[in-house]
Amino acid sequence: MESLLMQYAKIVGIEVINHLRQLANPLKGIKILHINSTKEGGGVAEILNRLVPLKRELGIDAEWEIITGEKEFYQCTKKMHNSLQGDRDDISSSLLDIYEKTNLQNYERLREKLESADIVFIHDPQPAALLHFSKGRKGRWLWRCHIDVSHPYRPVWKYLREYIKDYDASIWSLSAFAQPLEHPMYLIPPSIDPLSEKNIELPEKEISGFLDKYGISRDYPILTQVSRYDRFKDPIGVIQSYRLVKDYVPVQLILAGGGATDDPEGEQVLKEVRSFAGNDPDIHILELPPDAHREINALQRGSDIILQKSLKEGFGLTVTEGLWKGKPVIGGDTGGIKLQVIDHFSGFRVNTPEGAAMRIRYLLKHPEIMTEMGKSARQFVLDNYLITRHLREYLTLVVGLAFGSKEKIELKLPRH
Amino acid sequence: MDNQAFKFQDCALIAIATGQKAQNLRELRDQLKIIHPGCLFYHFWGGLLHSHFDDPEFQNDFAVWASRNLHDSKISEQLALIDPNAYDDIEDVRRELIEIIEERLSESEHVPWVKTGQEFHFIRSQIVVFDTGVGYQNPEDLLDVIPNMSLGSIFYHFIDARRRTSGKKNDFSVWLKGFGDKYSGLIASLDKIDPYFTSLNKLRQEINFAFYNYFKRR
Repeated sequence: MESLLMQYAKIVGIEVINHLRQLANPLKGIKILHINSTKEGGGVAEILNRLVPLKRELGIDAEWEIITGEKEFYQCTKKMHNSLQGDRDDISSSLLDIYEKTNLQNYERLREKLESADIVFIHDPQPAALLHFSKGRKGRWLWRCHIDVSHPYRPVWKYLREYIKDYDASIWSLSAFAQPLEHPMYLIPPSIDPLSEKNIELPEKEISGFLDKYGISRDYPILTQVSRYDRFKDPIGVIQSYRLVKDYVPVQLILAGGGATDDPEGEQVLKEVRSFAGNDPDIHILELPPDAHREINALQRGSDIILQKSLKEGFGLTVTEGLWKGKPVIGGDTGGIKLQVIDHFSGFRVNTPEGAAMRIRYLLKHPEIMTEMGKSARQFVLDNYLITRHLREYLTLVVGLAFGSKEKIELKLPRH
Repeated sequence: MDNQAFKFQDCALIAIATGQKAQNLRELRDQLKIIHPGCLFYHFWGGLLHSHFDDPEFQNDFAVWASRNLHDSKISEQLALIDPNAYDDIEDVRRELIEIIEERLSESEHVPWVKTGQEFHFIRSQIVVFDTGVGYQNPEDLLDVIPNMSLGSIFYHFIDARRRTSGKKNDFSVWLKGFGDKYSGLIASLDKIDPYFTSLNKLRQEINFAFYNYFKRR
């Protein structure tokens, strides 16, 4: 069977793969452990699903473990997540106790792996307290933040900072997200995987098949927002935009949301969205299981315009996915969407439902502009936001940690 | 005339946040006075190795910010034309930046601010250079190699070289000079390539074109 790296070479070019091999050379055999809180659902799990096997293929002893907890633990970490994104949501001391106890229990379960790894990547707030319990660690620990923490609710950030400040370094998706800390703060935007079910090329027949399954017509334009049912993704605002467009142009809206196992609020938001949408037959609210990657892929490919009207966003991987499929994206003017959606090049950034409606109408009126934007959008993702770039930056970081903190590190070939 | 082999190096860059930022020109100037010199390297050269969308209209991040966020076209034009390679020392580049900003501040009636979230964030970088172990003795052999060079390698030999070589040249020209006058035509073509206002991808094409034209059309 063809190696994973060679499969990527067909998309990104062999020179990119050779570059990764060279960079990984000095890291052969080192133990890297990734820890997060879910194996399914959400961008972090998707990235780790591929990043870990790729590292292994490069000769690195990479592993991925998840922490587990009860319902109250996820309630607490969801509150943390929302507060870090700016919600003024105090967390009770009893919930914080559960957070700490859950981290301790997970530490005890994973102790051997955590303490024998050379490099430990802890993803997001859920497992952040593990370091506190790990007194006998030998490796370097990095906290990887995937969230927009540009304006956190201070009491919650102050609580978490006590755990995070002791890490050897932290990694942020954008410089605007990085909070002042004494250790080095690396900047690595996330990425998408072109070989995953969610992004792989699909036959036209399969795309039509999925659209038919949900009663979506290809006779008139399709607007799609794919994201969790989360208030920060503004699904209500998306429906408002759709209604403002529908007065002028026949159009359909797909809101497709998968639940993540660490998001207890989704059900309530979904209920609100259904109620707001009413009985409009052109609004398709889909609740997809976490493994519906191929369906999401087909919905994105079958759409004319991708929406991501978030009010707060970490990086916005659904934007990257839309761009990769050659679609213009209309996105909220926030977080990582600002890096990806450039007005008139890859789509438009908007601040209101009215703004989104105006841009949708403009694009639907000019299909030739949509085609042009789609082409440059795909090239942009190819150059910057595929998993191979992400892996390169992780490897560079680890080499940097292993060989000192100098501005320029020159690695020589070993003498034989 | 014999020459040593051309040894291919490669490099990769990782960005590091400094936590320092500026919301207006005055703050930008004040920060420029104290920031780590590595930030200047990143904001002038690093851009080629990190993501950007459109064709690079401006050659450094300061000019991009002044144009897109401050909406001050006058200063963005002046900042855009600073060629860091024209200076012997990075501290001279720093002085030039500060001088241009001070001049603009002295002629402005008010200091424009950007909205929160649009500040200029100072970033520095760490660069890892590694020996690929691949070397070529004969310049014509590079014809097959250049199209498959990594962008990191292009950066190292064509951009970073200007900080390392005495005549602020690219590594190919310096190496070819070692053959005497034999490849002076190719050196002239390579030296004519403007490494700015382009992407590394396009730069690779231009270098390849220079080699191709020289060897295939002779």
